[in-house]
Amino acid sequence: MSVTTKPVNQKAWFLILPVFICVAFSAILPLMTVVNYSVQDIISPERRVFVGTEWFAAVMRDEDLHAALWNQLKFSGAVLLVEIPLGIALALSMPAAGWKASATLVIVALSLLIPWNVVGTIWQIFGRADIGLMGATLQRLGIEYSYTGDALHAWLTVLLMDIWHWTPLVALLAYAGLRSIPDAYYHAARIDGASKFAVFRYIQLPKMRGVLMIAVLLRFMDSFMIYTEPFVLTGGGPGNATTFLSQYLTQKAVGQFDLGPAAAFSLIYFLIILLFCFVLYNWMQRLGQTEKEGGHD
Amino acid sequence: MTDRRFKKRTIFLIAYLIFALLPIYWMVNMSFKTNQEILSSFSLLPQAFTWDNYKTIFTDESWYSGYINSLIYVAINTTISLTVALPAAYAFSRYSFLGDKHVFFWLLTNRMTPPAVFLLPFFQLYTTVGLMDTHLAVALAHLLFNVPLAVWILEGFMSGIPREIDETAYIDGYSFPRFFITIFLPLIKAGVGVAAFFCFMFSWVELLLARTLTSVNAKPIVATMTRTVSASGMDWATLAAAGVLTIVPGAIVIWFVRHYIAKGFAMGRV
Amino acid sequence: MSRIDLDLAHSYKPNPQEDGDYALLPLKMSFEDGGAYALLGPSGCGKTTMLNIMSGLLVPSHGSVKFDGQDMTRATPQQRNIAQVFQFPVIYDTMTVAENLAFPLKNRKVPAHQIQARVGQIAEMLEMSHQLDMRAAGLSADQKQKISLGRGLVRPDVSAVLFDEPLTVIDPHLKWQLRRKLKQIHHELKLTLIYVTHDQVEALTFADQVVVMTRGKVVQMGTPEALFERPAHTFVGHFIGSPGMNFLPANVAEGALSVGGLGLSADRELPAGEIKLGIRPEYLRLVPVGAIGALPATVRQVQDIGTYLLVTCDVAGQTLKARLAPDATPPAVGDRVGLQVLGEHTCYYKNEELMA
Repeated sequence: MSVTTKPVNQKAWFLILPVFICVAFSAILPLMTVVNYSVQDIISPERRVFVGTEWFAAVMRDEDLHAALWNQLKFSGAVLLVEIPLGIALALSMPAAGWKASATLVIVALSLLIPWNVVGTIWQIFGRADIGLMGATLQRLGIEYSYTGDALHAWLTVLLMDIWHWTPLVALLAYAGLRSIPDAYYHAARIDGASKFAVFRYIQLPKMRGVLMIAVLLRFMDSFMIYTEPFVLTGGGPGNATTFLSQYLTQKAVGQFDLGPAAAFSLIYFLIILLFCFVLYNWMQRLGQTEKEGGHD
Repeated sequence: MTDRRFKKRTIFLIAYLIFALLPIYWMVNMSFKTNQEILSSFSLLPQAFTWDNYKTIFTDESWYSGYINSLIYVAINTTISLTVALPAAYAFSRYSFLGDKHVFFWLLTNRMTPPAVFLLPFFQLYTTVGLMDTHLAVALAHLLFNVPLAVWILEGFMSGIPREIDETAYIDGYSFPRFFITIFLPLIKAGVGVAAFFCFMFSWVELLLARTLTSVNAKPIVATMTRTVSASGMDWATLAAAGVLTIVPGAIVIWFVRHYIAKGFAMGRV
Repeated sequence: MSRIDLDLAHSYKPNPQEDGDYALLPLKMSFEDGGAYALLGPSGCGKTTMLNIMSGLLVPSHGSVKFDGQDMTRATPQQRNIAQVFQFPVIYDTMTVAENLAFPLKNRKVPAHQIQARVGQIAEMLEMSHQLDMRAAGLSADQKQKISLGRGLVRPDVSAVLFDEPLTVIDPHLKWQLRRKLKQIHHELKLTLIYVTHDQVEALTFADQVVVMTRGKVVQMGTPEALFERPAHTFVGHFIGSPGMNFLPANVAEGALSVGGLGLSADRELPAGEIKLGIRPEYLRLVPVGAIGALPATVRQVQDIGTYLLVTCDVAGQTLKARLAPDATPPAVGDRVGLQVLGEHTCYYKNEELMA
């Protein structure tokens, strides 16, 4: 099939309209409120002073924010580095058909279905050295493990929890991508004498590009906004070891009622995610541009 | 050769499944214990097996109504998400129009907004329009992240359907709505299944917005659970039982869409 | 290059009971080294199964596959050193055309300069030299399938190249060109080529030997002429030719042949019982009514196909078709004519099998 371009049709906007209205209702008005706050000093609901970009400047200088941002970047990077390869490996090792495939799919998806605060709570117990399976096991193996006392342990526990919680998302997407590769590709590769690695590198990986893009972006966005689980598990501690951006934001907005700075911070936060996603999105688009043009199946 | 390779994969898979199940096993284990037992000793199986935690949930209205509330707004949300996302995804996959790429990316950006950012504005907005503490409020708020996702997934599926099918149908005299419902929709039902699962899941597990926008009448199960943290300490056992029960509806949903996932999700994007 | 001997049967079911359970009924056949073969049959007749068994993608449930007398039943495609081209183009999206063509050689650790020379040669043959540095993914389906063909032909030392309906996605004009190309390549490289198709024209023009299959069974293997002149099975007669062979139920009693109650004299010895006469439309002659040995018939339809005239007649409740030269004077619809059904080209079938 040769590359076909989509016909231009401005009426298509009517099809977009419902989505536009729904999302705009939930996004644009609140966003405007946030923008409005971010340029005012709200002393009381009746008394507001326009302060321009003062909050933005203040937020940008905030040392705590820098720490939280750095923490966040390390965490999101680690999440992607572990979950994407692990999810792919998992998808590759899942059975293709039959009751085993069904059972595996359901078991793998279970962790996705648990409310986030429950996830945190389970791990809170699970990791405790006195009464939790993981904590007790580590203890018995002679590791002095404490996610409440040791900053590194806390960080690793949050990471492990996230891996447990979200790798299935990557795996499900990658699995679906793998299943859509026609058998002929595997046959041809066998005829061509391709090694297992070559099959992965030249067939499976390129064919999974699309779903992996969804997976990478989703995991990046969501890990960058992670709030509930670490909040429940560690409360951000010990110290600030597991205080991520959204937690810091919530502390500001809810805890200290600094609406102006919190709003400014929200916007900066949003722009950071947007920037990263934009870069990732374009990078991955370009990475496989030619593949996309040619995909007939 | 192949056998050994197969074995390695199976061992890896089993290892992962065990890793995936251990915390869940621990939760189930806890749900059959008393709080006292949970906190006092380490045991792989409940020593004093009890159904009390489940009884609490099924007999206390504030508990079980949480499930009902959650199911209601999740159902509303999933229905609205799919209904609006289907035509939009069709437009994105079939036509180019002014600003299409920008709108598509703008939709995605809504998925990138930390819910924490919107907590307060949402609260104010829904108070103003009088939707506070209704199922609809939560359902609408969750559209923010579910609609973009649904559009994204469905667009992938639709791009995999050759455009000749549309053209043939128009030549045969089908109107757009009739074509869409009787011909196109059955072709992408796998996509609809997968999109529905993801909408269900993300709406079901979201806590921040759901808790902020409800107080009594529409209080979701995720918020009810936070009740277990009280002045008298954590009610671990009931929370664990509630957690086990929250998995059930989702597990049922995934059981229904499992074949769709296996049969080639995202054919177009691949 | 090698001679391939098959003596096998295949069933996808674990315990085949009846014929219907088999994808391939027990068969025994050989493919000579350097020959050009076609496997011809309708979809679902088992030809692709047979091809996959030869290439090693499938292990037959019964029997063996031998290459030059050596048992290869369980050998991988790589060990058999076989090449195969599939129905739909399979290309490696991330590679250029040249890298695609080089891939089978690279996997076999052929030295780089040899790869380059060979890829150049194949690209030349397929007229793709100017596209070598392009990304394969951006090309049209035709071009992609040419790459698939190229990958099948790039290894000079293969035992055989198997084609599984490789020209399905190619447009008719290019199809003809590519088929000629393959024929030419066969002459130049002296490779054993086995070509699966459901298109008789493709099979008959490409192959020296055609294997006709139906319902998991090989019904005839022979030259295109043999298939045309002496179909071993009514299916072959029906399937090959345009239109296919005419069949007329007949009866032999006490050495006398009769069709629809009319006695005819055969030029051959025939066993008694129900039989069928097979006459190619090309050999069915229209004669005046009442001519000796002719069956009375009514003309139903006369079509001008361009290169010939097709006359459809009713004979004793049966429909027969005759091909006449385009310049012949056609009978009018409704005319009563005589049909000469017996002759040296007439075939006689009992239980659908050729007997005389």
